Amino acid sequence: MVHLARGALALTAALLMTTAASAQQRVLKYNADYDPIPLAAMEALIADFEAANPDIDVQLNNFDHEGYKTAIRNFLTADAPDLANWYAGNRMAPFVAAGQFVDVSDVWESEGLNEALSSARASMTIDGKQWGVPYTYYQWGIYYNKDAYAAAGVEVPTTWAEFVSNCEKFTAAGIDCVTTGSKALWPIAGIFDYLSLRTNGYEWHMDLTAGKIDWTDQKVKDVFAEWAKILPHTTKNHAAIDWQDAAALLVQGKAANYVMGNFAVGTFKEGGMTNDNLGFMVFPEITPGIPRAEEAPTDTIHIPSGAKNIEDAKKFLAYVASAEAQTKWNTAVGQLPTNKNSSVPADDPFLAAGFEALSSAYALAQFFDRDAPAEMAKVGMEGFQEFMVKPENLDAILDRLEKARARIYK
Amino acid sequence: MSAFWKANQRRLAPWLFMAPGLAMFLLYVIIPIFQSIWVSFYDWDGLGDARWIGTANYVELIDDDAFYISLKNNVIWLVLYMLAVPAGLMIAIFLNQTISGMRLYKSLFFFPFVISQVVVGLMFSWFYAPNFGLFYNLLEWVTGSGTAILADDRYVTYGIIAAGLWPQIAYVMILYLTGLNNVAPDQVEAARLDGAKGWQMLWYVILPQLRPATFIAVVVTVIGALRSFDLVSIMTNGGPFGSSRVLSFYMYEQALSEYGYRMGYGAAIAVVLFAIMMLFISGFIWKMWRDETER
Repeated sequence: MVHLARGALALTAALLMTTAASAQQRVLKYNADYDPIPLAAMEALIADFEAANPDIDVQLNNFDHEGYKTAIRNFLTADAPDLANWYAGNRMAPFVAAGQFVDVSDVWESEGLNEALSSARASMTIDGKQWGVPYTYYQWGIYYNKDAYAAAGVEVPTTWAEFVSNCEKFTAAGIDCVTTGSKALWPIAGIFDYLSLRTNGYEWHMDLTAGKIDWTDQKVKDVFAEWAKILPHTTKNHAAIDWQDAAALLVQGKAANYVMGNFAVGTFKEGGMTNDNLGFMVFPEITPGIPRAEEAPTDTIHIPSGAKNIEDAKKFLAYVASAEAQTKWNTAVGQLPTNKNSSVPADDPFLAAGFEALSSAYALAQFFDRDAPAEMAKVGMEGFQEFMVKPENLDAILDRLEKARARIYK
Repeated sequence: MSAFWKANQRRLAPWLFMAPGLAMFLLYVIIPIFQSIWVSFYDWDGLGDARWIGTANYVELIDDDAFYISLKNNVIWLVLYMLAVPAGLMIAIFLNQTISGMRLYKSLFFFPFVISQVVVGLMFSWFYAPNFGLFYNLLEWVTGSGTAILADDRYVTYGIIAAGLWPQIAYVMILYLTGLNNVAPDQVEAARLDGAKGWQMLWYVILPQLRPATFIAVVVTVIGALRSFDLVSIMTNGGPFGSSRVLSFYMYEQALSEYGYRMGYGAAIAVVLFAIMMLFISGFIWKMWRDETER
């Protein structure tokens, strides 16, 4: 009883204090979808921002990651915050088209972001204007188990031909050459994207995801022909497992390679891998001479059109885009800053490799489900999964995708 | 006023008592039905402006492979879900004995209906899971090579239905158990004197008396099969490559999921599902009406 009374007292006091504080401060409501580690990092950033701007009170309202994707559609129209998390590329197109995001080109102009964030500028631009600010991205590539390579007695490949011939040796040694978990569909889109980028190049791939190329085109079939080479050496039951289950196969040495994003490193290490036996390589070249493009999904912050405090929201965007803020956030989370004046911790080989891979890349793709419209992404990824299980259905799958393309991009 | 009330009190009172319920029913069931039908004629992403496209959503539906897969799966669900009725009856008859501790056995058999469908779905996905699942290992032991049921488009729907049958059988069982309590012992006695036993007794004496229970069991099973959604969503998310979708899940995917937001198209699927349900529901209502008026 005593505890209860004391707790109630503390609660009342806390409530009184927050109302007292917000009475003299301008409130900035921020809706986000952070996992625990990024959340802590963002709270630290907000504390710094509030220290520098004592007259602004940022109220972070954190959502569950999956639930956020549905929630944003409701709160943008019903009860708009001043800031909201979202993604770059085609993923933000429906909101921009519906007039739900504020044009923040002036922030880009005044803060010199066109220079500093040049690598992410294209994916933030629709109709020549910028609609938000990117704060992080991460590389995709092939993560591999060095012990599995040793067990099969093969070298880390430098070309696609070597990669494929390695696969046969892995299979002979009873190891899955490539693992993935396609239950949630998106992991295999990474494989398709890389095969497409390496076979036909960045411009072609972007045309494909923008709906300018027939899915029945011979060049699409070329991509799937490359994929067919590694299919017999891919984890058999991928359709039944999630990406984390496949990560366990890599950790246990039952699989050698995994096309994944850098966020998976944490999972690999939790499973017991270290910098000594976990390796990272850029997806190998397929068609010689094609400039190397990489996948780098970018996370962004936007100002909803219904925001009440746009002035301060822009101030916050400028702060999040700054080199110091991005260095701090991304160091804490283990991802890559989009501001090129930021620094990356040197003791993390995967971040260093990713930074190197992305900064030397010819161009950056977002990811299949962000480059292509949501509906096309869904139909496409389902097609990829069917192809992986039943490669003989390829023509029927491509006919179906072509039908979807004709409907979605009209 | 009061004269009017006096004259019509007996006719008005039932309606007044029903008014709150009717208002809710109108607001949350009847009006949304017509709204859904209305939305199904639009092209709308839930955010921007809705565009009138007439019957285009339905025309597209006719030419949509995924729709036919969902429809086919719904039919498989309907047919196989009916197994719950005889299976529930068998267990109910088996449990309808007086042995010490019978209450415990009854509650154990009823247990799967009490736990959430989500938990049932998770348990069965682990049961089928490749490499460590019990069923997978059993298959591997018997046939030499394991099959991941939920990753194989040939078996996936059956795998989910098996999971759904587990709680459904328990539900039907409890319906029959209460029905068996009401079976008249004198009729059973009389039949026994006339020399009826075994199947004869079951078919000609017990089952006719269980008709009300059978009716309810069939109704809840049909509705359960048509609205199957949670198990599909939990166990496969419609996969692999959409082969385990049912209409309700396809509707959700098109209208509300991460990659969907085609409200009009989702509404069109909902209208089709509604039409199928109406077919059964009007059948049931007609039967109930006939039974009541015959009496």
